[in-house]
Amino acid sequence: MGRRVAVVGAGMTKFVRRAQETGKELCWEAAKMALDSCGMTLDQIDCVVLGTAPDTFDGVHMKGEYLSDGAGALGKPYMRCYVGGGTGVFAPIQGWYHLASGHFDTCLVVCEEKMSSYQPHPQGAFLTIFDHTTERPLKPNLLWIFALEMNRYMTTYGFKKEDIARVAVKNKKNALDHPAAQIPEQYTIEDILNSEVLAWPVQRLDVSPVSDGAVAIVMTNENVARRVTDKPVWVEGVGWALDTAYWTNRDLCYPRYVEVAARMAYQMAGITDPAHEIHVAEPYDPFDYKELHHMEGLLLCGKGEAPIITAEGKTERDGELPICPSGGLLGVGNPIAAAGLMKVAEIFWQLRGEAGKRQIARKAKRGLAQAWGDLMQVGTVIVLGI
Amino acid sequence: MSDRIAIVGIGATQFRSISPDLSYKELVFEAAVKAYEDAGIDPRKDVDVFVTCAEDYIEGTSIFDEYTPDQLGAALRPMHTITQEGLTGLASVYLQLRTGEFEIGVVEAHSKASNILTPDGIAACAQDPIYNRPLRINHYAIAGLEMRRFMWETGITEEQCAKVVVKNRKNALKNPFAAYGANLSIEDVIKSSCVAEPLNELDIAQPADGAVVIVLATEAKAKALTKKPIWLRGIGWINCTPTLESRDWAKAIYCEKAAIMAYKMAKIQNPRKEIDFAEVDDTFSYKELQHLQAMKLGCECEMGVWIDTGMTSLSGEFPVNPSGGSLGMGHLLEASGLARVYMAVKQLRGEAGELQVKNANTALVCAWRGIPTTSGAVAILSN
Repeated sequence: MGRRVAVVGAGMTKFVRRAQETGKELCWEAAKMALDSCGMTLDQIDCVVLGTAPDTFDGVHMKGEYLSDGAGALGKPYMRCYVGGGTGVFAPIQGWYHLASGHFDTCLVVCEEKMSSYQPHPQGAFLTIFDHTTERPLKPNLLWIFALEMNRYMTTYGFKKEDIARVAVKNKKNALDHPAAQIPEQYTIEDILNSEVLAWPVQRLDVSPVSDGAVAIVMTNENVARRVTDKPVWVEGVGWALDTAYWTNRDLCYPRYVEVAARMAYQMAGITDPAHEIHVAEPYDPFDYKELHHMEGLLLCGKGEAPIITAEGKTERDGELPICPSGGLLGVGNPIAAAGLMKVAEIFWQLRGEAGKRQIARKAKRGLAQAWGDLMQVGTVIVLGI
Repeated sequence: MSDRIAIVGIGATQFRSISPDLSYKELVFEAAVKAYEDAGIDPRKDVDVFVTCAEDYIEGTSIFDEYTPDQLGAALRPMHTITQEGLTGLASVYLQLRTGEFEIGVVEAHSKASNILTPDGIAACAQDPIYNRPLRINHYAIAGLEMRRFMWETGITEEQCAKVVVKNRKNALKNPFAAYGANLSIEDVIKSSCVAEPLNELDIAQPADGAVVIVLATEAKAKALTKKPIWLRGIGWINCTPTLESRDWAKAIYCEKAAIMAYKMAKIQNPRKEIDFAEVDDTFSYKELQHLQAMKLGCECEMGVWIDTGMTSLSGEFPVNPSGGSLGMGHLLEASGLARVYMAVKQLRGEAGELQVKNANTALVCAWRGIPTTSGAVAILSN
């Protein structure tokens, strides 16, 4: 890679079902925490990047404009990126290109989501994501199409619900150590299997919750990074890919777009054997099967192997390849864009050895965060290292 | 590593008040095919990064990002949406190319305004949901207030604003892309029905449908692809306050700051002398004058004189919106800025036909996102 870019600070609000704060206030809280964490102030920030998912959640048209002052963008160059659920990991990629261009020295990256404004339930915001001619008349629901995908994954490899429920148990347990987590809990596989069926094979405890929250990170070029911190975490590789909108033509058992994005990031980072060269990963886990799906797409294991290494305990916090040590979306919560950036923040804390009770057992020099979004369509990947 | 970035391909559809025969995907496809042909590239092999500028509410689709790749040839490629003006999307591609990781980038924006059943309702949703929306202020009333304050502070008159409309719509008559070319009199504008005093119906750019695609490349790639690269010498993009309560109602500060950023990058000391013509946002008639003033192309007292003396007309000393601007070509929502870029590139290549400005070597392009935002971008292009 050309000019080096580092993450030097991170902060996040607590993820909750219904925040009293407005979206602007959530942005401000996270941004303030991120700046404080590295001893910087807003006037040292050259540009601001915002990530937030559908405007329909808040019912605000041009939500990026509305949130801009809360995110600290007043009078600054400001961009809002948007790749659906992949936004949270794309925002730091956008921060990367702002800085790697050599045009700016410092960038504040803020991701916010306030889903609770949508009444009665934010699922309604997803009814209008489908093709207006071919799909919307069928009134599909997001849970249904992910049920299709989960079913396809299970059927292709012959996995049982138990194999997948392990992910939910692990992540919700990991979240017990996260001070900002929304639904940490010690469950058994039985609990997951006995939870309410939403759209078979998806059950309530297979799914991440509806959340409000914000996360922010501070990114800088090499010069500033060396000045403000002894422990910069470098962006080693970034990748993103957006597949066709015609999701019905895809083989749903494997996320090829994630593989394309991962290969782009690995090439930039000079990684040839990701399963060994990545030491800790935060793949996107809005549903438990998605973590497995994404581990395979990220080439962290072979196709159809993710449930096996999960059952072996390799992905636990004290395992060989800790996956979602934060507790993931299943445990910490899923304020869409903020959840993705939470994963990046977690890798930042893990690599710096600042994850407290969540700190993984093995020594980690390189980690990865990934998000996924749109109509099972987009993969965004960032590789961080020290 | 060279940091120079050039525009190597442009494509646009015609801009029309309605386009019942085409979907937005077909409009974008047409513009994309033209741009790729102009640049001599194959999107499936040659383009490294893609950007679309779009907003969900305008598209009538939540997470519109889903529907962006196919018509651009960008499926399974690095592509993302910027929910901002097309010119900010251009800035995004510029930054991506400058990282040194990519060589060719594409930015697209489109408008299918004729599909929008409730433009006023959508505009109302852009206001602060807690402090402003309950007051039920029509967005044109905000423009009216701003126009009044601008006129009061600068001494610009209603007639002078009307002259902008007359000039731009007349220019548009010669522009084969334009939807709203017309030969109007000042009287026609001033006597058109009042929307929000002092803003009249003809002071407002009418929406149009269309799509624009621009291809950018790094210096080495640009020189290999074309004999006429148009260099993106400077670009700036700024957000000011989203709140109505704390903004400056007379000055376009976002535009001033974005221009400073672009001038600095392009090493422009005296914009009036170093720039040959401008394509400037004219969503409302007064906005053209307000933006010109913000970009230090003339002092406060000069803008009225400029328009009175025909200085900014097609044959004038400093042509502004020779294409007809949004007033003449039609307002293309998020694609308006890219339409300005498209017309500026035509001029700089010497391909503007009847609209050709003499000695067009350096152009300024300015875009604004519309009511109620204070978000704008400025670009400097040279041949």
